[in-house]
Order: sequence, then structure tokens, then C-alpha cells
Amino acid sequence: MTHGKLTLPVSGRDHTLGPANAPATLLEYGDYECPHCGAAYPVVEALRERLGDILHFAYRHFPLSQIHPHALLAAEAAEAAGAQGEFWEMHDALFTHQDALDGAHLKLYAAAIGLDTGAFQRDLETQAHAGRVQEDFMTGVRSGVNGTPTFFINGLRYDGSRDFVSMYAVIAEVAEASRRAAVR
Amino acid sequence: MSTTPDSPNGSGRTGPLPAGTQAPEFQLSTTPDQRVSLSDFRGRPAILFFYPADWSPVCGDQTALYNELLPEFRRFHAALLGVSVDGVWCHLAYAEHRKLHYPLLSDFEPKGQVARTYGVYRLPDGTSERALFVISSEGVIHWSYLSPIGVNPGADGILNALEELAARREPQLKEKK
Repeated sequence: MTHGKLTLPVSGRDHTLGPANAPATLLEYGDYECPHCGAAYPVVEALRERLGDILHFAYRHFPLSQIHPHALLAAEAAEAAGAQGEFWEMHDALFTHQDALDGAHLKLYAAAIGLDTGAFQRDLETQAHAGRVQEDFMTGVRSGVNGTPTFFINGLRYDGSRDFVSMYAVIAEVAEASRRAAVR
Repeated sequence: MSTTPDSPNGSGRTGPLPAGTQAPEFQLSTTPDQRVSLSDFRGRPAILFFYPADWSPVCGDQTALYNELLPEFRRFHAALLGVSVDGVWCHLAYAEHRKLHYPLLSDFEPKGQVARTYGVYRLPDGTSERALFVISSEGVIHWSYLSPIGVNPGADGILNALEELAARREPQLKEKK
């Protein structure tokens, strides 16, 4: 049963970086208040930088809101920024300020990014993006996400070590295999 | 409770009771003055998950994940019960710290007896395995799963099993109308 196969493939619904036709797709299910996700953030940044066009990166929300009281609001804040075309700027702000994710700080980040803070605030108050966050969460559960962060590489759960060298090796191998398959 | 399936060497490693088996009845403490029986949940599905210990990192993720999924389990009217060999005071402190909103049962005395009965006691560790059981409203094991001890099994298998049970009940409900 639990083989850790992604049930909803990465698509246009997702927030992504890098070319959609890249040979390797890395998907993260994360929680902005989770310290392990915070530790993985610079690793992902380094992977993106080093792998360049080889890597398509996507991020989905998996807030564990009972143990991380600010995680859900932070996820909605990223979506609210996304509605104004600035998802990744907020994503970066949240992961680099994990100890300051209350409403007042979120508003500061929104202003610093240059968002329409009125619209941003309204989105948070009306929980305009709660449905999207919940959808992300449930696709994770149905794909065998068991904690945060959980990574999928080309649709298969990655259970290895979350350091740069280990992840780089697996992604490079998967990319090479998928390239060879494409040539055939 | 019927006979306890136990291997001849007493290790208890008979594997988890398989689907189709009547779920053995038990009564365990959940707080210093409260006991819970499996039969309390007859008439609704029950999710019984054994885990090795409170406070260990992998369990932390697992108990936290199920805590988040309580609304989802509720859609199936399913009861969620965690079981480990930890004592009730340990469970209380752990549940409070992690803000868990479901009962943790203490398989403490005789130690691990319920885990042994379900075929998921782990020697020489002296804890239960990490194992999942989804029990039908009639008290029959519908699905069971033994996870590698260090791997959080997630919840997709549980949700699939609950969906199967719900699908099985729906035609019956329609006939009754």
C-alpha cells in the first residue's frame, strides 16, 4: 500500500520554478513553521542554483497546524501573495523568518514585497485561500506524505537524507535516466 | 478475549492479525481513572494504531499527522485510538504537549498484552511495532499494515480502508430505505 507515489502530478495548478519540461521535477510538501523545512530551504535553493534548467521545482502546503500555530496562516499568506503574482517572494520571506510568522509580521513582509496590503489582509481575514491549502494538504496525505518536509522526485517519494550531496546525486541520476528514456 | 496468538518462542512475532479476523476485544486505561474498550466503538469504524513510544521523533510526526486528520476521519464516523506500552501519566503529558485530541491507550499492565494479541509486540525492544488496523463497525479487521519501525506509515492506507468500508455500507443503507 504506502509506496509513496504522488497521486496528483505537478501541473499548472502548482507554484513552480524552472522549466516545466525539465528532466527532473522536485516537489516539496512543506510547513513554513517547521524547523526541518527551514533546514531544507537552503538545500533546495542550492539545488535549484546548481541544477539550473535541469530542475523543475514545485511547492505544496502541508501545515501541521496543531503543533505549529502559525503554519496555516503563513501558508494562506503565501497563497495571498501568489494571488498578486508574488508567491515565491513571500515563500522566501517566510522561510527566512520562521520565528516571526504572526499576522503583524506577515503584513510587514507583504508591504516589503510591494503587495497591495489591503487586498492581502482581506484575503487572510476571509480565509480566501484556505481551500487551496487544504487541497494541497489532502493531496499530500493521499500520496503518503507522513511529515514535513516530504519530497517527491519525478513523482516518487524521496526517503533519503535531506542534505545537498544526497539529494543532488538522486536528482542528477533521475534526470539522466529520464533524458536517456526521452532519446530512445 | 480469546486465545492469545503467540509464537512458540514467546517473541510474539506472528505478524499483525490479517483482514477478516475478528478484532480481539480489550480494555485499556487512557487516563488514570478512565478505561476504554474496543466494543465502546461498535457501530462505527475504528482506527487502531500501535506505535513504539511517546516522544520518539517518528511517532511525533505520526501522532501529529493523525491529529490534523481528525476532521477527515470524522467524515467516516471513525474513532481513532493510539496504543503504546507507555504509562497513562506519560500519555497525558505527551498528549497535552502535542495537543492531541484523541485517546492514547496504555498497554502497560500486563505489558504489551494487547500488542501481543494483535501480533505486533516487538522483542527484544519491549515495545509494540508500528502497525495500523482499520476495524469495521461490526468489529472485524478490514485492513492491517505493519510499517518498518522507523518509517511513519502516513495515512493514505487508512483513508483507503475507510473509503472501502463506507462504499460497502452504502448499498446496504440504500436497501434499507
